[in-house]
Amino acid sequence: MSDVKIIIIDREGVEHEIMAPTDMSMNLMETVKAFELVEEGTFGICGGMEMCASCQCYVLSDTELPEKEDTEESLLLDEGVEVKENSRLSCQIPITEELEGLRIQIAPEP
Amino acid sequence: MIETDIIIIGAGPTGLFAVFEAGLLKMRCHIIDALPKPGGQLAELYPKKPIFDIPGFPSVDAGKLIDNLMEQIQQFEPGFSFNETALTYEKLDDGSFIVETNRGTKIKGKAIAIAGGLGKFEPRKPEIDGLEVFEENGVEYFVRDPEMFRNKRIVIAGGGDSALDWTIYLSELASQVTLIHRRNEFRGALDSVEKVRALKHQNKIDLITPAQVVDLKGSNGFLTALEIEREGEKSTLKTDFFIPLFGLTPKLGPIGNWGLEIEKNSIKVNNALDYQTNIEGIYAIGDVNTYPGKMKLILCGFHEATLMCQSVYNRLNPGKKFVLKYTTVTGVEGFDGSKKVAEKAVVETID
Repeated sequence: MSDVKIIIIDREGVEHEIMAPTDMSMNLMETVKAFELVEEGTFGICGGMEMCASCQCYVLSDTELPEKEDTEESLLLDEGVEVKENSRLSCQIPITEELEGLRIQIAPEP
Repeated sequence: MIETDIIIIGAGPTGLFAVFEAGLLKMRCHIIDALPKPGGQLAELYPKKPIFDIPGFPSVDAGKLIDNLMEQIQQFEPGFSFNETALTYEKLDDGSFIVETNRGTKIKGKAIAIAGGLGKFEPRKPEIDGLEVFEENGVEYFVRDPEMFRNKRIVIAGGGDSALDWTIYLSELASQVTLIHRRNEFRGALDSVEKVRALKHQNKIDLITPAQVVDLKGSNGFLTALEIEREGEKSTLKTDFFIPLFGLTPKLGPIGNWGLEIEKNSIKVNNALDYQTNIEGIYAIGDVNTYPGKMKLILCGFHEATLMCQSVYNRLNPGKKFVLKYTTVTGVEGFDGSKKVAEKAVVETID
């Protein structure tokens, strides 16, 4: 299993190109935190329990992602900051080979 | 002024278990927490969710774990200051501390253990002009004491578990309950959603969606009514209380200004020894601390609390040799006079 290239624009507008492992059962939120691209305590606050919207990101590339479920949509609309059409909760996106070339921007801090 | 041995900041699992370990060493504790009840993240964020990595429990619901911990520490008579935030600390000449809370409570102790977790939970507030005036004068972000809503008219705003659960609970106490959400969809446990639906059909509560509270009206400094906007139309709803439940965000709070070494929003500690911070006598245990290799797990907090208590005991009893005794050997003697003992073996012949 190979790593996938993901481009992440942090909250300061700085672009980072990282290689995310596909064999560690990690999701996109955990990957962002593992690479320390966000201030600890301001992103993925609930640990991935789908109970906050702090791991929100904007999907900027055409990459195919798992469908957005009702609970994710609902949480985004209820607790998300500056929610847009391309908003996703990064904790709901597992790192798979299909994510190669994904480009995302981390949404503002809640 | 409250006097104790260890002043604990945070009533989550780590802070609670520290009371037990301190009690074994005959030390008393007083706990400060910003929430209205014990449990920290477990009680506030995920009480009904199962935890699978507590040693000895293949599965335990978060809320149940807190209940168990409260039962375990009951014998050591911990003091609690709920709905309070530790604001400042003062170190006296003899090395003891006085911590003052935002409500003016003062607690004197021989050590401070910060078990703050992710930080104190701060409620997300609705964007309404003049909201601050009514805070605690009709506007409540936490249900501090359900009794204060008995026979009163209340309006709850929110779309998640908290809003649903409190609507259900308070519908039994309040004279009138209205639930408002800016969208039609609610998000929560199926059981809760169904109960609210039933209450609505039984006309026990009013449901206004999609709607938002846009203004507050009061008299003599106390809330009397809300202005609600629904699909462009405004209306007034008289009420005694407004409870916006829009989620909580943890913040390190005033502790961030105590001169502690903070890294990545966590407090640096000496993990080679006793989890003390850079300030002698102040410890940080559980999720709130950081050190190389730190894992933010409940079980790690339990371990750190134990070593912290040891260290405090040693500081208070310099020169006294400590003998590690097992609870199955010595039993547990509570401050309340209770005693837990392991049954002794008998020596008898069997005919």
